[in-house]
Amino acid sequence: MTTHAWDVIVIGAGHNGLVCAQHLARAGQSVLVLEAGSAVGGFAAAREFAPGFKAAVGAQLIHQFSDQSVRELQLERHGLRWAARKLSTTVVTPERSVRILGGQVSGTSANDAHAWAHLSARLDRYAQFLNAVQSSCPPRLGSTDFQDRWSLLKMGLRLRLLGRRDMREFLRIVGMNVYDLATDELADPLLQAALGMDAILGSNFGPRAPGTVLTLLSRRAGETTSANGYSLPIGGPGALAVALADAAQAAGVTLRTDALVARIAVEEDRVVGVDLATGERLCAPRVVSNVDPRQTFLSLLGTAHLDTGFVRRVDHFRQRGITAKLHLALGGLPTLQGLEPSRLGDRLLVAPSLDYIERAFNASKYGEVSSHPALEVTVPTIHDPSLAPAGQHVLTAIVNYAAFDTKAGTSAARAALLQNTLATLDAVAPGLSARVLHSELLLPSDLERECRVTGGHWHHGDLAFDQFLMVRPFPGAAQYDSPLQGLYLCGAGSHPGGGLTGLPGRLAAERILRSRP
Amino acid sequence: MSTGHDYPSPPHFRKPLLDTPFHERARALSQNDNFVPWSGYTTVDVFTTVEQEYFAIRNAATLYDLTPMIKYRVVGPDAERYLNRLVTRDVRKLKIGRVSYVVWCNDSGHILDDGTIFRFADQDFRLCTAERQLDWLLDSAIGFDVVVEEITAQVAALSLQGPTSCYVLKKFGLVGAEQIKPFEFREFQSAGRTIMVSRTGFTGDLGYELWMQPEHAIAIWDALVEAGRTRGIRAIGSQALNLARIEAGFLMPNIDFLSAEHTIRMHRERTPLELGLDWLVDLGKPHFNGRRALLRQKAEGLRRMLVGLDIEGNKPAHNALLYASPRDQRECGFITSAMWSPTCKRNIALAILDAPYFEMGRRVHADIYLHRELVWERRMAAATVVERPFFAPDRRRLTPPADR
Repeated sequence: MTTHAWDVIVIGAGHNGLVCAQHLARAGQSVLVLEAGSAVGGFAAAREFAPGFKAAVGAQLIHQFSDQSVRELQLERHGLRWAARKLSTTVVTPERSVRILGGQVSGTSANDAHAWAHLSARLDRYAQFLNAVQSSCPPRLGSTDFQDRWSLLKMGLRLRLLGRRDMREFLRIVGMNVYDLATDELADPLLQAALGMDAILGSNFGPRAPGTVLTLLSRRAGETTSANGYSLPIGGPGALAVALADAAQAAGVTLRTDALVARIAVEEDRVVGVDLATGERLCAPRVVSNVDPRQTFLSLLGTAHLDTGFVRRVDHFRQRGITAKLHLALGGLPTLQGLEPSRLGDRLLVAPSLDYIERAFNASKYGEVSSHPALEVTVPTIHDPSLAPAGQHVLTAIVNYAAFDTKAGTSAARAALLQNTLATLDAVAPGLSARVLHSELLLPSDLERECRVTGGHWHHGDLAFDQFLMVRPFPGAAQYDSPLQGLYLCGAGSHPGGGLTGLPGRLAAERILRSRP
Repeated sequence: MSTGHDYPSPPHFRKPLLDTPFHERARALSQNDNFVPWSGYTTVDVFTTVEQEYFAIRNAATLYDLTPMIKYRVVGPDAERYLNRLVTRDVRKLKIGRVSYVVWCNDSGHILDDGTIFRFADQDFRLCTAERQLDWLLDSAIGFDVVVEEITAQVAALSLQGPTSCYVLKKFGLVGAEQIKPFEFREFQSAGRTIMVSRTGFTGDLGYELWMQPEHAIAIWDALVEAGRTRGIRAIGSQALNLARIEAGFLMPNIDFLSAEHTIRMHRERTPLELGLDWLVDLGKPHFNGRRALLRQKAEGLRRMLVGLDIEGNKPAHNALLYASPRDQRECGFITSAMWSPTCKRNIALAILDAPYFEMGRRVHADIYLHRELVWERRMAAATVVERPFFAPDRRRLTPPADR
């Protein structure tokens, strides 16, 4: 008889793991969270990339974390403060720019402003429908369970309640690519590109990839949960993770950092705990993995405990990241061509057209890095000077794209992409590279190592129809479950997927609390 | 990992079916040109008449070319662990020099195929299968330090079966062949050629299977024919073998069950428990493919099962539907294999029966259709669920076997 020291062990103190842990602890479970690194937060973990200069490893803005979760998880009581909220998006080229806030645009023609407002309202209606689907545990197909049938029925009912026109329109566009949708609805290439960027960020797609309207809607669905738009916490996204960790601990969760899990311990075909790399065995009847599905099943659990058909599905899960992250320490503020300095505080998109993004994507297909990368840029120090020494600044950028396996080798690819990215930035902010004191470019393979996510994929796996909803990450492990009794998933590889939403963590906790240990 | 598809043959579009290394002899002995495809090779269905060949299996010695049977080499530090996860039997118990009959399942516990595992060394095995399934075997190897390669074309195989088969082996010059126990194999040297002999077969009779390099095939065939001249040795085709295996109660893939990979409709796949192969399933060993599903099925009880039937009369019940009572409209099962057994003098069959009709001793009725000179006739014959095998002579186990 194994005596259990904990009710639940959560592997990985990324934001989903912390959200899951807090929900479980509040329901009376004794919870231990194990983090391999020394900082919490995973992709959102704070990082001093140069002396005195801070940025999160991955995430640069909070825009999908629901206001309700902030309240429920008592994050503001545990130190979460906002440096900026409702940031506008500015698409900037050397010649002109447009500024977007929700459905409003400035800097474009009246026709396009009208079209954008119209499209934006439509997409928001679909996003609200999708959000209802994304904020509940997806049903199992073919199940005779009442709960599964009820949630499937609810899903159909909600779709029908969009109304005949919207339902048809939703079904028409949901399988499309964002390139076609954007060019059908909008004339301004900058607005088209803004829509395209939202569809591809963090994913293994160019704007012409089928299913990119789904990724766009899925992102917007997360955004409907907050009235505050693009936000920046004081201290950066890492501060959200720290608040989550503090709140979890206040709820009774025990957190151990620098505790690398070597394997999930199994006895008589059920989970009994985890073994740390140090050899220490920690016992619990339930283990929740916030680690990506591939690593969870193939490395931590091991295929000997799984059936071949299931292993095949794990192996086929697409989770190769092609998104890089840039951190620059700047000696002084650059000027954005033609714009007042405060605009540097916007969410900046450097992607003049959809074709530009598509061409940037092409490189990744052939083992290369983009010669003209498409960027999402922030200068967080405009709103939060604490991230850099006085008078100096931090610039962060999500850089699309870099192949996971580059033909030229990692260091050559890193140098090339850095050079290409600086040249791209210089074109819209002349003289920027002259102000760079220190730079750090994290390729997908660097992110894989830093964040311990296979493939360095921002969402732990592509969001596509065959890896979505009741089949995310794959049948047999959807609904946060696994074939092995006592093992659950709570990471971005599970429904509804990546982004800083906390939803997989919350839904996993609900699922675990419903099941018997 | 190599796929092993390096066949020394003409381009496939010129000759879609390959010749086995024994083909030259088979072609010469075939009296009615009755060849059928088998796993990409052309093989003999009947050499002379099926009756003549069948009686040779039960009364003399027979040669059957089983080269087309798919063979895989499985080697590496994790080979035992890998096979143990693949098949339902406990491979850890298989000693070096022994053979084991095994089945393997998919995640839902449904059979993918059956076959045999030979253990050459701690980390060196051969897996013989009915169907090619490198895809499944390689995906099963994820996470295991093991190499799986197909060696079908590299090994020629010949089945020597029948009551005089041991005599033929000794006369052929394999000293000590009579000491080989059932499911054991040994290597022999004969005229500078290496021959591996296993006491295995598909006839339920005394018999051996011989494994050799393809370039030695013809010489060994000739020497065996010469050695068996006074003991009635003859080549047989697949039809005669099929009769012998029904008497032995052995299952034939694609006849008695379909690989789960090939089924489309619901409930057409079979678990080992449903095929009466529960003795092959070790639910107590570490996890293997389909274990959780089989545990569930065992707890829930079987809805159908494959059994042996003894049917009244002498009309083979080919493809017959089974009824609980002759007046029933709804069938309770169906025949998968049937024959009049000349050796047992019984009308026997293998059948899938719904619960509860598969219980031993239960009586059902077979709706037999007879095609007589272009006229169809119908017989409703009573049938009883009986033990398998139908034919199990002591000589199949006796070591050393009699010379006859």
